[in-house]
Amino acid sequence: MKTIQNIGIIIFLIGLGIFSALPFMGTFKLDQGTFDGIVAEKRIKSDLFIQDIQQNVVGKEYNGMINLSSNISKALDNANEAHVKNKEYKKKIYTKSSEMASLIGKRSGSGYIVNNKGIMWMLTFGLGIIGALMFIVPQVLTLGKKGIKNDGIYHQSSTNRGWIAWLVFAFLVSFYMVLYFGSEYAVNWTYLVDPISESLSGNPAGHWFVYGFMYCVIMVVMAVRMYIKYRHNMYQMVRTTSVLFFQIIFAFLIPEIMVRLQMPYYDFKNAFPLDYDFFFQWNLKSLINSGGIGLFILVWGIVLTLVIVPVMVYFFGKRWYCSWVCGCGGLAETLGDPYRQHSSKSLFSWKVERWLIHGVLVFAVFMTGITLYSFFAETGTVMGIKTSGIQNTYSLAIGSVFAGVIGTGFYPIFGNRVWCRFGCPLAAYLGFVQRFKSRFRITTNGGQCISCGNCSTYCEQGIDVRAYAQKGENIVRSSCVGCGVCSAVCPRGVLKLENGPEAGRINPTQVLLGNDVDLMELVNNK
Amino acid sequence: MEHIVIIGNGIAGVTAARHIRKNSDKRITVVSTETDYFFSRTALMYIYMGHMKFEHTQPYENWFWKKNRIDLVKGYVNTVDHLNKSLILANGSSIAYDKLILATGSKPNKFGWPGQDLPGVQGLYSKQDLDQLEANAPDNKTCKRAVIVGGGLIGIEMAEMLRSRKIPVTFLVREDSFWNGVLPAGESALINEHILEHHIDLRLGVNLGEILADENGRARAVVIKETGEEIACDVVGLTAGVSPNVDFLKDSGIELGRGIKVNRHLETNIKDIYAIGDCAEQHESIGNRRPIEAVWYTGRMMGETVAQTICGNKIEYKPGHWFNSAKFLDVEYQTYGWVFSERGMKEYEQHFHWRDDKELICITMAFHKETKQFLGINTFGIRMRHEIFDRWLTEERDVFYVMEHLKDANFDPEFYTTYETKIVSKFNSEFGTNITPKKKSWKRIFSNA
Repeated sequence: MKTIQNIGIIIFLIGLGIFSALPFMGTFKLDQGTFDGIVAEKRIKSDLFIQDIQQNVVGKEYNGMINLSSNISKALDNANEAHVKNKEYKKKIYTKSSEMASLIGKRSGSGYIVNNKGIMWMLTFGLGIIGALMFIVPQVLTLGKKGIKNDGIYHQSSTNRGWIAWLVFAFLVSFYMVLYFGSEYAVNWTYLVDPISESLSGNPAGHWFVYGFMYCVIMVVMAVRMYIKYRHNMYQMVRTTSVLFFQIIFAFLIPEIMVRLQMPYYDFKNAFPLDYDFFFQWNLKSLINSGGIGLFILVWGIVLTLVIVPVMVYFFGKRWYCSWVCGCGGLAETLGDPYRQHSSKSLFSWKVERWLIHGVLVFAVFMTGITLYSFFAETGTVMGIKTSGIQNTYSLAIGSVFAGVIGTGFYPIFGNRVWCRFGCPLAAYLGFVQRFKSRFRITTNGGQCISCGNCSTYCEQGIDVRAYAQKGENIVRSSCVGCGVCSAVCPRGVLKLENGPEAGRINPTQVLLGNDVDLMELVNNK
Repeated sequence: MEHIVIIGNGIAGVTAARHIRKNSDKRITVVSTETDYFFSRTALMYIYMGHMKFEHTQPYENWFWKKNRIDLVKGYVNTVDHLNKSLILANGSSIAYDKLILATGSKPNKFGWPGQDLPGVQGLYSKQDLDQLEANAPDNKTCKRAVIVGGGLIGIEMAEMLRSRKIPVTFLVREDSFWNGVLPAGESALINEHILEHHIDLRLGVNLGEILADENGRARAVVIKETGEEIACDVVGLTAGVSPNVDFLKDSGIELGRGIKVNRHLETNIKDIYAIGDCAEQHESIGNRRPIEAVWYTGRMMGETVAQTICGNKIEYKPGHWFNSAKFLDVEYQTYGWVFSERGMKEYEQHFHWRDDKELICITMAFHKETKQFLGINTFGIRMRHEIFDRWLTEERDVFYVMEHLKDANFDPEFYTTYETKIVSKFNSEFGTNITPKKKSWKRIFSNA
């Protein structure tokens, strides 16, 4: 078994290695016809840029994207600079250089990778999946009888912030940097999944399709790990199945198929304000122009946030969204599970959490307010604030850096829920409902707590669960996403996630159950 | 300002300190030689197994103590001088007190076995014991086999710990079935099977003869008393129970039995000196309880109680219905009320035992032969609601009522398979009853909450 697992790791690393090397590989040659097509499609009016590209790029063969992309961005910057200087604003190109480079790159790729997409898929995704499963599946036997499987977590480099954890951190952060800020380097990755994308939406894959596909693949593979690790715990099995279902069907397949059907791309479970650009002008316009389905999405999006989300939180707690449906939660609960113990449980972190997450919520609401005002008033600035400026700031700082680079990149260091705990505005909103008007709580089983600390250690949201349990108090916290792991790891059966009557949900106690009844009444009713 | 000094920073001492602080402004000092800050003793095993680090076993952050004005002194108390109301520490310093709470806990039992003090032989109680185990048995190359002597809760925990590092374990149990002085036969048998499933070499009905040393004076093998068999090993775990840690009080004038003798107010024979937790020994047992209760929960309850007394609300130690819990490898155990083993069974006690045919899940319910009053339940692999059983015991419900409402008591996580129907149908066929379990009712469950 150990041998199979080791071979699995090697295969996985080969796949990962090839995948990581792809951004530096491949041949790219832009021909005149393709370029003319791009000029027409993008309505490029900059003669300077067209000339520059025709002279320096067209017909030349590039190895890897690095030189090609730098030539394109140079050409674009020079052209724009000249146009601004000459006040030829109509000629200025507003497409970002990274986006232009990926567009040109994608159309001009040639050579082995482009011509052997299937084989290349096998060498990257294929090897990764096979290798990972060869490592994971034997755990059915190597982990022994079903039960809690946390042996050695704090002895291993990968799960104890050792060098492996730091390597994973570096990889994840670089990956997200490429995704958000250097999509031209993802061009080769898009070729691998072109056939899949074409079969779904009919279009060739962009870098977001790569991300979406990878997201699903990683979740499926890591869900296999969850099924094995938590096979004694039905709650975890059902919950894992649920997040998988919503990711693959709702977040990945339905939007792609909708595109094929000439409908807007929309993830029906992605609720505002997590879906922060729902009310952006371009989205509203696209929805309004999409006929019946567009209107339906518009109404659904609003009803989802204003009615469905809070009502469901009232009955089931915010877990129904955060750990059963949400994509961010889905990744956190599968890929992130090995890192859940790294969330800080200090009171200081809790204070930071409350400032940050509520700050982001205020920011999101403020930005959306301005966005809607400028939409209806048909203006670009509100009270001297440029709408597009505040939107871009939010998209960059919160949407990309916080949710992506920090949120996932920091899994191995700060735990798997950094974004959900400190940043997600939807979680903040759900949290209010959960804290003040909900039937959900984690019930503490009388006086059975032995203060061992397993619950707190494995709480991904950094809740000091034990602080409540050892006082015999139920856990009612806005940040709890109801993953159920505290209850799973408790060695004494103290914790149970339940939806019950609101009365008595919050039950501060001084003297625990088991001590004399008169004394308890005396003290607790004081 | 009155100065309360507490010796021992375990659950009893720390609970007392916290509650005294809640109810008063008295000066509080906690003296301990074990660790700087309070930690959960029951969690030591998880550090060795790699589930947690030591810091995770500390329920309060380090700033907590200063903020709550609880002074912590690291030191070993050599002498209690009650005439001068002063403690003399091993480093020669002294601490004056107005009231003293002794919460010194336990120490592992040793029964005079030859070789019991050799290097490589150890108990598992304190943080120091854990550090020693880490040194003695870091992996299965340094420790090729460990022998554990004593089939109780610490013994099986120690076996689980060592197995987590793939160290072969031989487990010597004096009884002819695991923990059958406490557990009824069916449950004890279930745990025997589970121990074997974990590849632990379980030897029932055997005693330790002696521990042999190698040429360097380290333990190298144990000899079984009954058979003379020699088992080579690198570590010997002595887990044959614990006894109160009271040796330093021998000449103090405080009345000692096995532990520190206390009355129902947890007062010793000396004014202003109290004893709580593992080290306290009641003059007379309370109900079915033992005079010395070395259990986490009772330590906590005594801490809660003595704090009331010290803060002027003089109160008796009146523990409510007995409850306890443990985990045997993968099988969780909870108990509410009294279920005695065959050895300790009361003459009026009758048992109903149910065991699932596939999973390691079973329960035993005890009830009164004549009145059918429900007396207690042991559950293995099913979690039950403490509040519900506490209420049923107070209300003196009969076993039929308990069977009928068993679903209210289930505390397993959502989506778990439930077993009430199977349990009740076995009960029906055994006792000729016709009980249908009622649907779980939130209204009943939370009626008192």
